[in-house]
Amino acid sequence: MAKKFDINEIEVWDGNYATSQALRQAQVDVVAAYPITPSTPIVEGYGSYVANGYVDGEFVMVESEHAAMSACVGAAASGGRVATATSSQGFALMTEVLYQASGMRQPIVLTVVNRALASPLNVRGDHADMYLGRDAGWINLDAFNAQEAYDLTLCAFRIGEHLDVRLPVMMHQDGFTTSHKAQKVNPLQDEVAYKFVGDYVPVDEMLDFSRAVTHGAQTEEDWHFEHKAKQHKALMDSRTVIDAVFADFKALTGREYKRVETYLLEDAEVAIVALGSSVETALLAAEELRKEEGIKAGVIAPRVFRPFPYDLIRDVIDSSPLKALAVMDKSSPGGAMGALFNEISAAAYTTQNRPLITNFIYGLGGRDFSVEEAKRIFKEQKAHADAGHITTPIQQFSGLRGPKLGFFETKRS
Amino acid sequence: MAITSIKNLKEFSTVNERFEGAHLLCPGCAHSMIVRELMNATDDNLVISTNTGCLEVSTAVYPYTSWDTSWIHIGFENAASAISGAEAMYKARKKKGTLKDPDAPVKFVAFGGDGSSYDIGFQWLSGAIERGHDFTYIVLDNENYANTGGQRSSSTPIGAHTSTAQAGSHSYGKTQKKKDIVAIMAAHGAPYVAQLAPNKWKIMAKGFQKALDTEGACFINSVSPCTTEWKFDPKDTINVADLATDSLMFPIYEIIEGHELNILYRPKNIIKVEDYLGAQGRYKHLFKPENRHVIDRIQKDVDAKWEYLQRREEARV
Ligand SMILES: Cc1ncc(C[n+]2csc(CCOP(=O)(O)OP(=O)(O)O)c2C)c(N)n1
Ligand code: SF4
Ligand SMILES: [Mg+2]
Repeated sequence: MAKKFDINEIEVWDGNYATSQALRQAQVDVVAAYPITPSTPIVEGYGSYVANGYVDGEFVMVESEHAAMSACVGAAASGGRVATATSSQGFALMTEVLYQASGMRQPIVLTVVNRALASPLNVRGDHADMYLGRDAGWINLDAFNAQEAYDLTLCAFRIGEHLDVRLPVMMHQDGFTTSHKAQKVNPLQDEVAYKFVGDYVPVDEMLDFSRAVTHGAQTEEDWHFEHKAKQHKALMDSRTVIDAVFADFKALTGREYKRVETYLLEDAEVAIVALGSSVETALLAAEELRKEEGIKAGVIAPRVFRPFPYDLIRDVIDSSPLKALAVMDKSSPGGAMGALFNEISAAAYTTQNRPLITNFIYGLGGRDFSVEEAKRIFKEQKAHADAGHITTPIQQFSGLRGPKLGFFETKRS
Repeated sequence: MAITSIKNLKEFSTVNERFEGAHLLCPGCAHSMIVRELMNATDDNLVISTNTGCLEVSTAVYPYTSWDTSWIHIGFENAASAISGAEAMYKARKKKGTLKDPDAPVKFVAFGGDGSSYDIGFQWLSGAIERGHDFTYIVLDNENYANTGGQRSSSTPIGAHTSTAQAGSHSYGKTQKKKDIVAIMAAHGAPYVAQLAPNKWKIMAKGFQKALDTEGACFINSVSPCTTEWKFDPKDTINVADLATDSLMFPIYEIIEGHELNILYRPKNIIKVEDYLGAQGRYKHLFKPENRHVIDRIQKDVDAKWEYLQRREEARV
């Protein structure tokens, strides 16, 4: 039996520590991991809980992130709870196995501390790793601060392990801004947290010898498509389970999560759409602008990046007087519009409202996103709204040194 | 029924039902013989991981499987990590008391090809051996990437023709020597390392048993004659394996705790390597006069290796 860990009602934890505590409270059976900044403290934390008897699990420090995720798949197929953490280059090295893990329907929890991808080498936070994995078939949850990192890690186990879902889950938080910033966190007591997560229910496990199981079979053109379609359906259908788990979590803690979070949106004319810790920056800017200039600004933040909440984004847009949206992508788009911009535009295209939408590439390699810059972006949206058309290039770079960079002018007579 | 109670080859070839004969390996492929020999070496439950390669693509094609055991395949390079994870989960659940049958005896085994073990999965293998998980890693060494049509690997011997190290008017095939993976694994300090061959089935069964019964990460390299890429008649698999072990191209030996070397098979009549080479199409070009020097070189290397193994054995260090 694992020892009980003394926890106060209010703690001051950074995102990494909060996440490692959630892994301990979920009594994860196996963590196979490889260190990389800024996510290392999460697995170091789990290792210290094992070393001191606070969790009855196995901590396997392997020789690479590819091996880490591979060992996670082998462990998960053996019928227990599995988690790990990574960032950036480590995430990139894992990518092959991310697809294998989801295709093999193993409910592993991967806590990702988002960081830029080289080159140039950079340890700071952006969303290049999150975007790299977006088609990997995992559920993607996004925490905007340390409290949420803790809460959503607990939820991640419940969601992924649910028998109607059985998919791996990534829980993202921003490198340094969230992972290394000590904040006030209200944790649950151990037994309450464990009760919420629940016992792991093995499915087709390799350690039940009464029944032979084959994991990771070959399929060609005869069956591959059906398997992938079934996997996609499970991912799309996981929306109801996510909603139900969030509802249970609210009943337990009073803290409410939605697949799309909205702030000050009821009467908003302009909005910023963002992921991660920038959501709080944008919200501060919106509050100040409302007071200072009477601009009706709001914020939209997908809490669940996959399955992408097209349904809710559409509802949100149609139930508010939005005229212009700025969609913020914290990843180098590599010759296209930002990925979040594309998703939001796809959802918005089928709305009655059809607001004007522009794209901002920002924050790459940890470049600061200030309240001032957010205000400037809101004001630009206001200008689009007043003009009734987009008055700038559709894609712009925010916070970049040197001359302005923008692409795709709209042509209007 | 385990090997201890099996009397003859006929019985041996019919007892095991944990690996079904219905699979897609080429007729005459040695991979399946090695798998059956492994399964005959124990009555315990098996958890098996397999790298991508001929064995995997031929034995688990949905909706069929040849494996009447717990079996997992993830990718080309990571069977050693998959089994590490499975073994770690076993320990964790044993501690926690969540295993369905905690007293059921179990052995963890990973299979890789030479491509996935000597080359792309080398780091994964090294990591798992270093960590000392309680498992046995078995290489089905056919000295080429057979599943993808016969490309060179670092296990391909010097002089062999492969699709990516071709023999031609300006080349005698592969110009580099075979990597000595047994020495590398022994240097990891693995408690049991051996090189075995399916034609020497009793020695192989004992070696497998030893590996399975030894706590920690054990390693076995097994020659696996490949009728398709070595180019010999499917009925000759065991004959070719006999030529391999009798010419000492594939010496059979074990290394215990990284140092104690024991030769497990001493051919009564050591044959010339050219008898082995000549039985396979992949070495055909070596018999042209201009390539004769390669055969001489191979013979010299084989003699030197045999001398080395014998001296190591005698030295008892
Ligand atoms: C990452 C990756 N690279 C390449 C391949 C293609 N591939 C699949 S099997 C194989 C060769 C297998 O050779 P080996 O390990 O020797 O096994 P064999 O088929 O000879 O038994 C290759 C190159 C792959 N599946 N995955
Ligand atoms: S190609 Fe070689 S290794 Fe592959 S199935 Fe055929 S004989 Fe066996
Ligand atoms: Mg091979």
